[in-house]
Amino acid sequence: MTHSEGVAPPGGATRRRRAPLGKALAPYLLSLPAGLWLLALFLVPMVVMLSLSLQSCNFGTGACVMTWHFGEFWQQVSLYHSQFLVSIYFAGAATIIDLVVSFPIAYWIAFYGGSKKNFFLLMLLVPFFVSFVIRTIVWEFILSDQGIVLGTLKSAHLVPQNFHVLATGYAVVAGLAYNYLPFTALPLYVAIERIDKTVLDAAYDLYASKREAFTRVILPLTIPGLFAAFLLTFIPALGDYVNQQILGGTSDTMIGTVIQNAFLTNLDYAGGSALSAVLLAIALVGIFAYARLLGSRTIEEYL
Amino acid sequence: MTATFAAAEREATRTGHRAPRRRRRRRGGGFLAVYSWLVIAYLVLPIFVMVAYSFNKVTTGLPQVSFTWNGFTTQWYQEWSGVPGLTSAFWLTIRLGIASTILATIVGTLLALALVRYRPPKFRGRTFVEQVMFLNIAAPEIVLGASLLGLFVTINVARGFTTLLLAHVAFSIAYVTVTVRARLAGFDRSLEEAAADLGANSWTTFQKITLPLIRPGILAGALMAFALSIDDFVTSNFVSGNVVPFPVWVYGATRVGIPPQVFVFGSVIFGIGILCAFASIVMARRNL
Repeated sequence: MTHSEGVAPPGGATRRRRAPLGKALAPYLLSLPAGLWLLALFLVPMVVMLSLSLQSCNFGTGACVMTWHFGEFWQQVSLYHSQFLVSIYFAGAATIIDLVVSFPIAYWIAFYGGSKKNFFLLMLLVPFFVSFVIRTIVWEFILSDQGIVLGTLKSAHLVPQNFHVLATGYAVVAGLAYNYLPFTALPLYVAIERIDKTVLDAAYDLYASKREAFTRVILPLTIPGLFAAFLLTFIPALGDYVNQQILGGTSDTMIGTVIQNAFLTNLDYAGGSALSAVLLAIALVGIFAYARLLGSRTIEEYL
Repeated sequence: MTATFAAAEREATRTGHRAPRRRRRRRGGGFLAVYSWLVIAYLVLPIFVMVAYSFNKVTTGLPQVSFTWNGFTTQWYQEWSGVPGLTSAFWLTIRLGIASTILATIVGTLLALALVRYRPPKFRGRTFVEQVMFLNIAAPEIVLGASLLGLFVTINVARGFTTLLLAHVAFSIAYVTVTVRARLAGFDRSLEEAAADLGANSWTTFQKITLPLIRPGILAGALMAFALSIDDFVTSNFVSGNVVPFPVWVYGATRVGIPPQVFVFGSVIFGIGILCAFASIVMARRNL
C-alpha cells in the first residue's frame, strides 16, 4: 500500500532516550499473535497438505502413512485433468464476462460518480450482503425451467418448451459471473479512479478524439488494474464448487467438487491434497506472472 | 473471500478527505449511465427475488420454497424459528461470528500497528509477514479449507466449534490488518508525542489518543471480519464436522428442499447488513 509509506516513525522520538528493550521488541510483540496464528493455521497446514499428498491413505479409516509417493500428483492430474480444464474454462469465461461487463460501470463511477461515488460502490457490493450460498440458490430459482425468466419466455412461446439452462455449463458460468462480479468491478474502479484526470485533459488539449484518449491513455493506464481484476476473479472462481453443484449438471464437474469429495466423502486425503496443491500452484503461477510483469507490490493495492 | 471490501472501504474514506480537484465539467455520461444502472439492477435482482420468495405461500404439503408464485403471506416471518436445525445453525453462526470477530480484530489490529509504525531494520521480517498476508488473501479458499482439514486430521483434533473458530480467525486476520492499516496510514503521530511530552505514560497515551483516533479503522475491520465469518461456506464446510453453521446448513438443504425460513433469514441479514454499511459510510464521512 503506497499511502502507508509516508508514515516512517520520526527519528526524534526514539533519539530522545535510549530505546529500552521493550521498545525494540515492540514490533515483534505486536505482530506475534497474528504471526503465530497465521503460522499455525495457514503456513503449517500448507506444509501438511504437501506432506499428505505424498502419503498413502486408507480410504476407509482415513489413516495415512508417509510413502513419498510422488506419483500421486501425476496420477491425480491424469485422472482429473478434464475437471481442471472445465474449471479453467468456466472460471475463464466468467472472468472475461465480468471484465467486459464491469469495465464500463467502473469507468462510469470513476468519471461521473461525483458525490454519489460511495453509494454506487455500495451498490456494487450489494450482492455480498446476501449469503453466498443463498445468492446461488436464488439463481437456481431464477434460471429454473418454470422460473421468472424461462417460464415467461416459454408461456410467450419465445423458446421451446424443453429448453433449459439449469444443469448446463451456461448456468454455472452465469452463477460464477454474478457471484464474482464485484471482485472484478472494484479493482477496475480503483485503477480507473487513480488515473490523473489532468493527463486526460492534456490528451484532449492535444486534439485526441474520445476514442484515442480511451485507447491511448485510459486503457494503458488501467492495465495493472485489469490484470489484478482478472486474478482476483479468476483464482476464487477456479476453486469454486458451490455454483457448479447448485446450478450445474453432473457432467461438467469442476475441480473444487472433486477436492471436496476427496476430503469429505472418500476420505482420500492424499489425493485431495495433491489436487489442492496443483490448484494452489496454478494460482501462484498467475500471481508470480503478475509480479514479474507489473511489480510485486502493486497487486496488493487492489485488495 | 471479499477481498474487494477493503479497497471499497479505503476509497470511500479517501474521497472524503480529498481536496476538490479542478476538472472539466462532464455530463452524466448518457449511454454509460443507462448501462450502469442496468448492471446495478442485475446485481440487485436476485436480492429482490429472495425477499419476494420469503413472502411466497406454500401450496404443497411440504414446507419448501417452490419455484412458482403462490400468493403473499407473512407466515414464514411469524414462524421464523419453525425449523429447529436452521435456527440453531443460525445462532451458531452468530456466536462464531462474534467470537472470531473479537479475536481477529484484536490480533489483526496489533499486526496493523506493527506494520504501519515499524519497518526494517527495526522490524525485520516485515516484508515476509506482508507476503504471507497477501498469499492468505489470494489463495483459493478451497485450498485453505482443505489444508486446515488436513492439519486437523493429521494432529487428530475433533472438528467442531473450536476448529471453526480457529479457521475463521485465520482467514479474517489478513483482511482486518489490511483494513485497519489503510485507516492508520493517515495517523498523525505528533499527537502521541504531544501526549508523552505532557507527561502521559504510554498506556494513557494509547487509551486517550491512539485508540480514539484509530477506532473507525478498527470498527471497519471488525465489520469486515464479521461479514466474512457469517458468510463463509467453503472453509466451514471442511472444518465443521457435526457442528453446522448457517451457510453449511443451507447448502445441505439444497439437496432435500429449502424451507422458506432460509429466505427469511437471508432477507433479515441483508437488511441489517445494509444498515450497518450505510452507518459506516456516514461515520467515515463525518470522520467519527
